[in-house]
Amino acid sequence: MKGTERGEFLMPSLGADMESGTVAEWLVKPGDQIRRGDAIAVIDTDKAMIEAESFHTGTVESLLVETGHRVPVGTPLAVIAAVPPHAAGPRARVASPLARTLAARLGVDLSAVHGTGRAGTIRAEDVREAAERETTTRETAARGVEPRPRERPRRTAPGPAEARPQPDHDWERRQETMRQAIARAMARSKREIPHYYLSTTVDMSAALSWLRERNRDLPVSGRLLPAAVLLKAAARAATEVPRLNGFWVDDAFVPGEAVHLGVAVSLKDGGLIAPALHDAACRELDDLMAALKDLVSRARTGRLRSAEMTEATITVTNLGDQGVESVHGVIYPPQVALVGFGKILDRPWAVDGLLGVRPVVTVTLAADHRATDGYTGARFLCTVDRLLNHPETL
Amino acid sequence: MTPQRARELVEAALTRVAPDADLAALAPDADIREALELDSLDFLTYVETLSESSGCRIEEDDYPAFTTVAGGADFLVAHASAP
Repeated sequence: MKGTERGEFLMPSLGADMESGTVAEWLVKPGDQIRRGDAIAVIDTDKAMIEAESFHTGTVESLLVETGHRVPVGTPLAVIAAVPPHAAGPRARVASPLARTLAARLGVDLSAVHGTGRAGTIRAEDVREAAERETTTRETAARGVEPRPRERPRRTAPGPAEARPQPDHDWERRQETMRQAIARAMARSKREIPHYYLSTTVDMSAALSWLRERNRDLPVSGRLLPAAVLLKAAARAATEVPRLNGFWVDDAFVPGEAVHLGVAVSLKDGGLIAPALHDAACRELDDLMAALKDLVSRARTGRLRSAEMTEATITVTNLGDQGVESVHGVIYPPQVALVGFGKILDRPWAVDGLLGVRPVVTVTLAADHRATDGYTGARFLCTVDRLLNHPETL
Repeated sequence: MTPQRARELVEAALTRVAPDADLAALAPDADIREALELDSLDFLTYVETLSESSGCRIEEDDYPAFTTVAGGADFLVAHASAP
């Protein structure tokens, strides 16, 4: 058995627009045994409450930051007396291809990176973490901020005597800071990313009648929404046109390891968040639908996981429910593409020389011209069209 | 099902998808999707909640009835067997 290693749990970077975060709640206390991947704190990023997971297995030695304190990304939050994952023999330094590429670009020494993937594999996130640790100042800016309840009070039953919610200054502050976070990310996107835009209109009659048949015999809880089919088609198309799935890092494209589909979720009190549906291209539609429900509900009530905030490889925005025909989106850096779906509308449509009425949807692509050209983007939209016309293959 | 009970179930289901909504101010014939800013997922959750609480089977073809408070309550009165 090797000696005990000490690991620090740092304020994670949960998105390109995050500069600092507040420890909203500790989920562990000194003396607790934790395993890698366990949620150990709830971090308030201004956009959402995120459960941050430990990169270490071991015993919590001390907590360095009290709840309610805002600190910069990279600040040590806790000390963990780590148990080496393979106490006997040397640690294998296996790294994923994306992690290796990133490490080379960011100048990170892989042998010094703690792997959190399966069997200690170094993942891209670990490299980013390590790079941030090197560059981020460790000064603790202990601007005290009152801790907030994890979610807004939800009424479980309507009561006539129940008062209207009290004005919530804390909530107002959060909306202000969320607006600033979106402003930073979007301004950076428009400043740095030369967007190009494409759009196409897709006949949805095959997809909708397929859905109708499928949903007919199911209870409401098992039914699929058109949104699930649209998301799956976008994810599959991203697999087929992989140059749109990944990141632009230091003047080069780094492909995503899988399609982790960011889904733009509008929050009820304003604001926007785009957490990832992991492995969206490989999941069955039922599974994807359940995951979507879960993700949207957690995004709105306050519990997303850190991996969901950092690992999206391409994002989809679906403004169909708001009634608009098309949306030309702004790419979320460092991603290189954003897919937009509008409302499914009945429109005149020519088929085989005859005019009929069909449900159609406008699909758009905003893509980073540094990473791809219009030809690649066009292939993506054609693939979405093909898939939606063959819903049984999704 | 009595109109009173149907109305209670509708309000409870709405409260689930729109916890901050002022239901007293909501007109019975207003489109809840617009009035309460429900998206398609919220609406599905609403119908799902009602289907479970009332024990009433609700087809996709029946969804339009549920876009208003009055329509949803009337549907339950007509179709739900439970008291």
